[in-house]
Amino acid sequence: MTTTEAPPAEIGRARTRKEDQHLITGHSTFTDSIVLPGMVHLAMVRSPLAHATITSIDTTAARKAPGVVGVWTGRDFPEQGGLACAWPITPDMKSPVHLPVPTDTVNHVGEIVAVIAARTKAEAVDAVELVDVQYSELPVVTDLAAARDGSAPVIHGDLGTNVSATWVFDSGEAGTGGNASAAIEAARSDPDQIVVERTFRQQRLIPAYMEPRSTVCDPNGVGDQITIWSATQIPHILRTMLTLSQGIPEGKLRIIAPDVGGGFGGKLEVTPEEVATIMVARQLGKPAKYTETRSETMMAAHHGRDQIQHLTLSARKDGTITGFDVDLTANMGAYLALVGPGVPILGAFMYNAIYKIPAYRFSCTNVFTNEVMTDAYRGAGRPEATFAIERMMDELATELGMDPIEVRRRNWIRHEEFPFTTVAGLTYDSGNYEEATDKALWHFGYDDLRAEQQRRRESGDRIQLGIGTSTFTEMCGLAPSRVLGSLSYGAGGWEAASIRMLPTGVVEVVTGISPHGQGHVTGFSQIVADRLGVPFENVKILHGDTNISAKGLDTYGSRSLAVGGIAVVKAADKVIAKAKTIAAHLLEASEDDIDFAHGTFTVRGTESSVTIGDIALATFTGHNLPDGVESSLDSEAVFDPENFSFPHGTHLCAAEVDTETGKVTIRKYVAVDDVGVVINPLLVDGQVHGGLAQGIAQALYEEAQYSVDGQLTSGTFVDYLVPSAVDLPDYITDKTITPSTSNPLGVKGVGEAGTIASTPAVVNAVLDAVRQFGVADIPMPMTPARVWQAIQDGSTTAGSNSSSMGGAA
Amino acid sequence: MIPASFDYTAPTTLADALAALAQGGDDAKILAGGQSLLPVLKLRMAAPGLLIDLGKIDELRGVRREGDTIVVGAMTTHHDVIADPLVREHLSLLAKTTEQVADAQVRYRGTLGGALAHADPAGDLGAVTVALDAQMRIAGPNGTRSVPAAQFFTDYFTTALAENEILTGIAFDSFAGWGAHYEKFHTVSQAWSTVAVAAAVLVAGGTVTAARVALTNMGPTPIRARAVEAALVDGPASDDAVRAAAQAATEGTAPVDDATAPAAYRSHLARVLTGRAVLAAAG
Repeated sequence: MTTTEAPPAEIGRARTRKEDQHLITGHSTFTDSIVLPGMVHLAMVRSPLAHATITSIDTTAARKAPGVVGVWTGRDFPEQGGLACAWPITPDMKSPVHLPVPTDTVNHVGEIVAVIAARTKAEAVDAVELVDVQYSELPVVTDLAAARDGSAPVIHGDLGTNVSATWVFDSGEAGTGGNASAAIEAARSDPDQIVVERTFRQQRLIPAYMEPRSTVCDPNGVGDQITIWSATQIPHILRTMLTLSQGIPEGKLRIIAPDVGGGFGGKLEVTPEEVATIMVARQLGKPAKYTETRSETMMAAHHGRDQIQHLTLSARKDGTITGFDVDLTANMGAYLALVGPGVPILGAFMYNAIYKIPAYRFSCTNVFTNEVMTDAYRGAGRPEATFAIERMMDELATELGMDPIEVRRRNWIRHEEFPFTTVAGLTYDSGNYEEATDKALWHFGYDDLRAEQQRRRESGDRIQLGIGTSTFTEMCGLAPSRVLGSLSYGAGGWEAASIRMLPTGVVEVVTGISPHGQGHVTGFSQIVADRLGVPFENVKILHGDTNISAKGLDTYGSRSLAVGGIAVVKAADKVIAKAKTIAAHLLEASEDDIDFAHGTFTVRGTESSVTIGDIALATFTGHNLPDGVESSLDSEAVFDPENFSFPHGTHLCAAEVDTETGKVTIRKYVAVDDVGVVINPLLVDGQVHGGLAQGIAQALYEEAQYSVDGQLTSGTFVDYLVPSAVDLPDYITDKTITPSTSNPLGVKGVGEAGTIASTPAVVNAVLDAVRQFGVADIPMPMTPARVWQAIQDGSTTAGSNSSSMGGAA
Repeated sequence: MIPASFDYTAPTTLADALAALAQGGDDAKILAGGQSLLPVLKLRMAAPGLLIDLGKIDELRGVRREGDTIVVGAMTTHHDVIADPLVREHLSLLAKTTEQVADAQVRYRGTLGGALAHADPAGDLGAVTVALDAQMRIAGPNGTRSVPAAQFFTDYFTTALAENEILTGIAFDSFAGWGAHYEKFHTVSQAWSTVAVAAAVLVAGGTVTAARVALTNMGPTPIRARAVEAALVDGPASDDAVRAAAQAATEGTAPVDDATAPAAYRSHLARVLTGRAVLAAAG
């Protein structure tokens, strides 16, 4: 045997996506594509009211409608269990019972009050209109502040309050820093310090994934299993939670997440619709399918964000921060979602961001309203944190008359100071904020844009220019199980993988993550191709079926590569170790003398070699193996990192504001991201671009709005404005590479970085353009009407620059 | 997103369509491209018993010349309007406005007549017909009639069309040689106009000799800005003069006040956009 020339390294190569051919040529299998013999189609009767007692439900006419197989109300599901919240953030957290199909009371618009099964989807939908539900209206709560301070009516009478829990971190008590309250109090009376106090509103957002949610349940699955296909990010967690909440033995459940069209956190949920579909299928003994309409997605699937942030920051007049206090009110909606209570808490460790803040306090109060639940949405807690601190850095710079970049330089952790334990208690393993910022400034042409900004101001140009900065970091790769345990999270953070070496040269990789558009199949193929020295094309990634991928914790929190990818690497290393023993045997050499490179085992100093594919075949035949060695190279591994990874970067935005109309146009956007070692630059750019779009959308376009009576008034894409490519700028993306030390590949997450970083960059830019008119803040989204109004209001009170002004609450 | 069930007919002549409409009565609805009607049906905001699809009636499609008049068949798609040489030569404002309607997919399916008969106050094309004094040609059981655009739009989503009538064509005078511009303001590219302004002007030697201006979404119907026109004519086509004339844009308007834009903001936009539209039209 001769060794061939080394193939080019796969890691770092801009491979196009393996996944795409079947997706774009119509050979995809989404949940709604599944058709089973005898399958019934479901439609939901949903509450039109935000808070009401169900006084009666008459299903007589619906039952008689053509094609209708059955109609169920909540009382027809005696077996239904309450949907479980997996993140009790405090021991005394209040959590209302959340029945998939409520029996007595509805608490938000869109709750399911009856389920219809029919032979066709159209017949099911027709019958919805025939169900007569009588309600007795109850008072509606939509105001977060009123929900928190007790002035609003109590939604869940048995709880006696609209406050679910308050979670506090204090660096003084934790021993990770000083007492923030004391630091800020001291600053108030210190002539050499300044205290900046602001209130910002994180508006409610809708995760606008492309594929609406869908579930198919076959109660008569192969092997006496109940087989459930679902458009979910979390097949494994779904299985466990169905067992815990609905009492179906875990071994009876097979969950398949087939092709899934996006999620952004919005499919990190165990939904009433899933449970209702399963209950109907089991009662009928027939397969059942439910696919929601877009209107139902917007009305009844969980939303994201929705917080009031009250922030107090103290600093010396040279810009050095001395204390930071964060007080949040977070809207949970009517119930606690799967990890909803923990979402704002995920941000708790990130408000201090890249800065050396000596004293820090975080408090978050979760409240109930008569709105749909909130839960994970791209970034989950960390965009809110980044927004808060990056807005405050610009506010501080404004108050002190300093350049915003300079204020950040003065406070950030310097490159030589890593690893650095922050005031929030996390240890950042690596980072290089100087390099990322310098690179971003170079791409941006910072000085030229500042000069142009000055010219436009002086000439009173109709178009004013603003520059916004966001030097962000995030914790990602959820992750260390011990940390999650300390936060009372209901699961671990490890990830599993296994590798099967097939006799024909194919390497089957089974991962516990559950891709839904990210490109993991491509990226993981590159990792395995390099590690095992096999062709990229020969690697087959399997996922998303609990019978195939029996162990896993799924995809969210930018964890798939930094945790799941490392599990794959560890499994591959076990394969190599097993193969080495057999190679030594086949080559009649000592194992110590065997080298492995590019898929080939070679006796050191000789031409004598054997490929890993040859060894896979040898284990298949089993004809010639060393004594006592199993006839298999197959291996599995679980990886649980000791730390998160901390992507960071510097984003710069130049925004043009048309002062006559208030319209904002992004003139230039530079994103220099440090996501560690890059497996596939094309995938990374794709994630950054999409992330930027969603972050910019929060700043300028998107807002889920409820009326005071709890009606979602932004219930279609006519009112909920998702930008398209035409509305977004060309991005300039670049990277610095500071390998993470918390995993052997040196990788970090990238899925959420763009979303986390971009919102404050854009908002800072717009404010930088219009502060000259006396504008202190503009609530998100910064619509033309709001920007124009702010300029009008500011101009009429020009000169006032109250340091207590904040966003609308 | 499944509509309530309905019957469907696709006649090949106008006469058959009118007969079907007469038979269907108030339970019938005309399908003229479906870019607004189908979403309404899918959302079950309407449930007509019969859809009469005009898509197979050749006589309703295409642009033709009748003497000095340019007639656009009601079932001419937006795409075909934009591409038509007669429209480009004589009705630059119609071409430029239609280019800004929705997106390419909608422009391939949606029709001029369908959009006008739908009479969405935020729709772009009504303002063009009002600005250019188009004549709406209408066929009914008792023959045909012609209604000036200004009288065609009567309220939100309401026109002068009777239940048993069909809009067959839109007749325009030639505006060859006029400068034209449609200034559309919307939050994202897919969104309806917050406010928009259609303007066509004739300029000779730096002086505005004729002007047509109409507003989109400043009231229940498209609104002709006659006060602006009067202020423009015989004045210089200068920045200052046009912007001064544009201050009259809100005369006779009744903008809605909603979450997207307060009424005062829309009024302000109408003035700003009118100035921009006229200046762009004057080139």
